Amino acid sequence: MSQPLLSVTGLGVQFGTFAALQDVSFDLADGETMGLVGESGSGKSTLARAILRLVPATRGRLLWRGEDLLSCGARALRQRRRDLQIVFQDPMASLNPRMRVGETLAEPLKIFEAGLTSAARATRIARMLERVGLSPEMARRYPHEFSGGQCQRIGIARAMMLRPKLLVCDEPVSSLDVSIQGQIVNLLLDLQREFGTAMIFISHNLAVVRHLSHRVLVMYRGRLVEVASRDALFGAPAHPYTRALLAAVPDPTRAFAGRALTTGEAAPAAGRTPPALGGCAFHDRCPYAQPVCLDTVPTLQEVEAEHIVACHRWREVVYS
Amino acid sequence: MTPTLAIDALRVGFDSDGGTIAAVREVSLNVEPAECVGLVGESGSGKTQLCMAAMGLLPRGAQVSGSVRFEGREILAASPRDLNRIRGSKLTMIFQDPMTSLTPHLKIGVQLAEVLVIHAQMSWRDAERAALEALERVRVPEPARRLRQYPHELSGGMRQRVMIGMSLLCDPALLIADEPTTALDVTVQAQIIDVLRTMRAESRMAIVLVSHDLGVVAGLADRILVMYAGRVVESASAALLLRHAEHPYTAALLKCVPSLLGPRLERMASIPGSPPAAAGIEVGCAFAPRCPRAQPRCQTERPLLRKASGPPHQVACHYPLSA
Repeated sequence: MSQPLLSVTGLGVQFGTFAALQDVSFDLADGETMGLVGESGSGKSTLARAILRLVPATRGRLLWRGEDLLSCGARALRQRRRDLQIVFQDPMASLNPRMRVGETLAEPLKIFEAGLTSAARATRIARMLERVGLSPEMARRYPHEFSGGQCQRIGIARAMMLRPKLLVCDEPVSSLDVSIQGQIVNLLLDLQREFGTAMIFISHNLAVVRHLSHRVLVMYRGRLVEVASRDALFGAPAHPYTRALLAAVPDPTRAFAGRALTTGEAAPAAGRTPPALGGCAFHDRCPYAQPVCLDTVPTLQEVEAEHIVACHRWREVVYS
Repeated sequence: MTPTLAIDALRVGFDSDGGTIAAVREVSLNVEPAECVGLVGESGSGKTQLCMAAMGLLPRGAQVSGSVRFEGREILAASPRDLNRIRGSKLTMIFQDPMTSLTPHLKIGVQLAEVLVIHAQMSWRDAERAALEALERVRVPEPARRLRQYPHELSGGMRQRVMIGMSLLCDPALLIADEPTTALDVTVQAQIIDVLRTMRAESRMAIVLVSHDLGVVAGLADRILVMYAGRVVESASAALLLRHAEHPYTAALLKCVPSLLGPRLERMASIPGSPPAAAGIEVGCAFAPRCPRAQPRCQTERPLLRKASGPPHQVACHYPLSA
């Protein structure tokens, strides 16, 4: 296999005494889409932010085409930032309300392509607006004049202005109406195909993740619990938590199957750290839990090629 | 039998700089005792304003006409005193964000007991005992400890359980749940739907469940109403609506929900364009600009809600899918 675009090894993020992220490792190839799922508090956003160096990683390594991202200096990091962009959940809140859309889209060009004339910038902005399904005249307008879906298109345009190699999407469709979500997902897929961008797509909507991911990471209380190709994860999930997540998805075409996890939540209430656990963090909600789950942290084991799971009892789960 | 909630030709409008905004345009709806009615639509379709009208919670500037009767009593003309007597006891509501619906500086136990002290004239001691039972009913773990905690010490799912427990304290006849699980994780959402389903089985309470998520509504509702631009465009039993939608909008909404089970499609379905501005003057069918079946007639003549094929099934469309 050629060198991965991004290689994450043993990544950890500590906030005071709270371990938000522990021992996360995975590789991401050029043009690949990695889905990232888990309940709130599972560390999805922390992982994304640590990769973008928006929160400091306290452990582990981040390699960008083999080059160390964590130890590089401010100047080198600044260069990397043009390759690493993010689209946020709340499209309104992530745009500056006092800036015209054109000014917002001009900023990345002013910083990274300072040599451009203002006419050349205007052309690039107009072309990108058209590319995301808006009209070039909209550059003169302010964010409040747009709907939520249109604002998200602007957020995507801003992120794509510099043709990044990696686009992190943190719940990009969660605050949009169901009728609009498909438009945005299709746009992201089209842009990815056109520019060869790799994506990390964070969502609590598993059906959307299934639609666009090549591989999926499942997180629970700051750790990876399962990594698999899309078909393996949705077809033969090996972790009891993944199964519970899938069972909880409401689907108008089937009877509600919400009985899988009747207690507990992944996130501790605000301001409280979860108890230090010697065992599997999921044991208190797990229908398969045995004594071993209470005192030994499960390591990631191979179910088959490209499918790993952190569960002592995955064989029972798979063959049950 | 008197319906629990009877809404007749309700209109709700607001004045703005750009003219009157019509949030709800002539909606009629009955909710029978023990029935669960799902209300589905995009943001801006008028779902929430309809609920606010049913609760007598519309802001002062709202222009309201029509009638909203709760157990036979008119809500729109009721005095604040009468409203306060039934709201929170017989007629209750839970909201999307359980954090902002609880008072941050009062312990959970006080907030729950207060309802009974005010509405049932209970002593604080009895009320606190009843509060404990309420938390047990909605399966809150360690209920005695929760009573001594503040809202910020509880997780989102736990807060919503507390809200449901609070709304059930006085055996309500009707619970209005406005997007009660939208802010929660899927696993917790499933738990909350499960709690609502259990509560319904244990009492004769009626529920109006508002959600933009057809999957959530499908799990609980007996009957589903689909709203678009302030009007009901389709109404049928849940089973019928989900399998044989007649309105092109309902059918399109159903297609937009990506499935975990079905084949993966090359492109995700969506509805082109966006809902019309509420300030516009209504000519023809509001959905026509986004509708794949629209004909010239749809631009000029507004379709009325009328009986479609089969048992109670109503649709407002000139060219319903079975035609």
